Amino acid sequence: MIREIFSRNRKNKYATIPSNASKTDVPEGIMTKCPECKHIGLTKDLIKNKKVCPACDHHYKMTAYERVSIFIDEDTFVSMDDHLSTVNPLNFPGYTDKIKSDSEKTGLNEAVLTGTGLVNGRKVVVAIMDAHFRMGSMGSVVGEKITRAVEEATKQEVPFIIFTASGGARMQEGVLSLMQMAKTSVALNRHSERGQLFISILTHPTTGGVSASFASIGDINLAEPKALIGFAGRRVIEQTVREKLPENFQTAEFLLAHGQLDAVVHRSSMKETVSTLVKLHAKGGN
Amino acid sequence: MVKTLPFEEPVIQLRDKITELKDFTSNADVDLSTEIQQLEDRLQKLETDIYDNMQPWDRVQVARHPERPTTLDYIREIFTDFIELHGDRSYGDDEAIVGGIAAFNGCPITVIGHQRGKDTKENIRRNFGMPHPEGYRKALRLMKQAEKFNRPIICFIDTKGAYPGKAAEERGQSEAIARNLVEMAGLKVPVISVVIGEGGSGGALALGVANHVHMLENSTYSVISPEGAASILWKDSSLAQQAAEAMKITAPDLKQMGIVDEIIQEAVGGAHRDTKQQAIYMKEALQRSIDTLSKLSKEELVNNRYEKFKSIGEFAE
Repeated sequence: MIREIFSRNRKNKYATIPSNASKTDVPEGIMTKCPECKHIGLTKDLIKNKKVCPACDHHYKMTAYERVSIFIDEDTFVSMDDHLSTVNPLNFPGYTDKIKSDSEKTGLNEAVLTGTGLVNGRKVVVAIMDAHFRMGSMGSVVGEKITRAVEEATKQEVPFIIFTASGGARMQEGVLSLMQMAKTSVALNRHSERGQLFISILTHPTTGGVSASFASIGDINLAEPKALIGFAGRRVIEQTVREKLPENFQTAEFLLAHGQLDAVVHRSSMKETVSTLVKLHAKGGN
Repeated sequence: MVKTLPFEEPVIQLRDKITELKDFTSNADVDLSTEIQQLEDRLQKLETDIYDNMQPWDRVQVARHPERPTTLDYIREIFTDFIELHGDRSYGDDEAIVGGIAAFNGCPITVIGHQRGKDTKENIRRNFGMPHPEGYRKALRLMKQAEKFNRPIICFIDTKGAYPGKAAEERGQSEAIARNLVEMAGLKVPVISVVIGEGGSGGALALGVANHVHMLENSTYSVISPEGAASILWKDSSLAQQAAEAMKITAPDLKQMGIVDEIIQEAVGGAHRDTKQQAIYMKEALQRSIDTLSKLSKEELVNNRYEKFKSIGEFAE
């Protein structure tokens, strides 16, 4: 292929210098370079491929709405609790501005999008965390939205499905963030007591307080390939135990090998896998 | 000799002076009783000034005091017939958490708590009170056992956090904590948790999904240590003192946020100055909680816990 390029160049008697006008004609972000294998491809092809690198299978981070578009049947998603908004309970300087700017950037009111929708025709309540919003960290609004989503699933007697992506509890809301771990847990306990299904899908990255609460206790725990999943950060652990950790430490595959996950599922087959699981849990058979 | 903390230095110095004067007058032929009386009045005023106006960072120091009473101290002072039960039945016994059965005012209860060491040797054995997954799984096993035999559960929280180590990750630290949160939510017996020292993050909360959550006056409960918060927020762990204030981690802060039900008063100068007196305050608070909660049915207990945690959080709608 490289030889081809050179030979083609030789045949050309002149070169084309792109004008300034044509430069601006090309929309920004038309090409995307894979952070893992450096493969460069058309962004539109990447999106068609569910944001998985065609060369190395790297699973790119997704926004909550991108996730909806590949996971929920078209035009069936109805969002919930978009009216909740974050306050600044500890009066942390700059916190309100950060929330505002992330909100504008992502089009979300907080770091999780919740709602109802169909997965291959079966109704579910879904919560999708978005790591582009304050690292997906959990404060009062994230905790409240997830809790309300679980309650809705319990009430409607449908499965609750969550895609996690979070750095953990949100520092700026202090202990209130910590308590969201307990809050979501009491709701999930009730959901479980009523015999309802909860599937947790861990995506990159799921750590800290989110890993140590709802993310890890699905009836079924799935994860995307190579997702970073863990309680403490790698640096903290290395400083504590004073040894270098293996390369694959805290990856989805590492957790699978240590018995913490039911399966690692490629993004291209996630919808089918979940829809089959939902079907197998349908009340009264199907 | 109890270790003195920086903020109480003036009190200690004055107290030493008074003792010195008293010694002197008992041997010499002078009457200094008026002077001593004056000094003692001043001491009392100083004590009130200092101990009634403790800053968050002062409380952090008291909460971490090496001689502060631990779970086993309270168990010894408050309960009778304590029998320690070990192990999680699948991996090992984590001595950073202790638990067992005992009698409280004659009634059987299950008691579980984080356990720090009092000296270096014990701290190594108990991993400085920072549990591994098997510690949380032992705790859960004992809670389920308590539920089966219908006895109340009392948890003492006292940890910097769950241990951030390699083995802990391999054995599922996240799952162990998460499992406790969800299972505690559904326990059909009264659950009372008391933060007695440091309540550090998820590792503390894993014993904290209770019907009543109390805090000792000088204990702390937080999402991250002041040092950790300072290093993440301002990239400088030496700003811990400011972080302790900003993060709102003291008992009065948590009471105000509606997270804590009752603040248990401490002996003057902190629990470590009078373990026996502290145990009396603790016992009274526990009895009040048990009296209240034993009136609730199994279903009401679960609902009560649900409503309590469901209501925590601040947002606009």
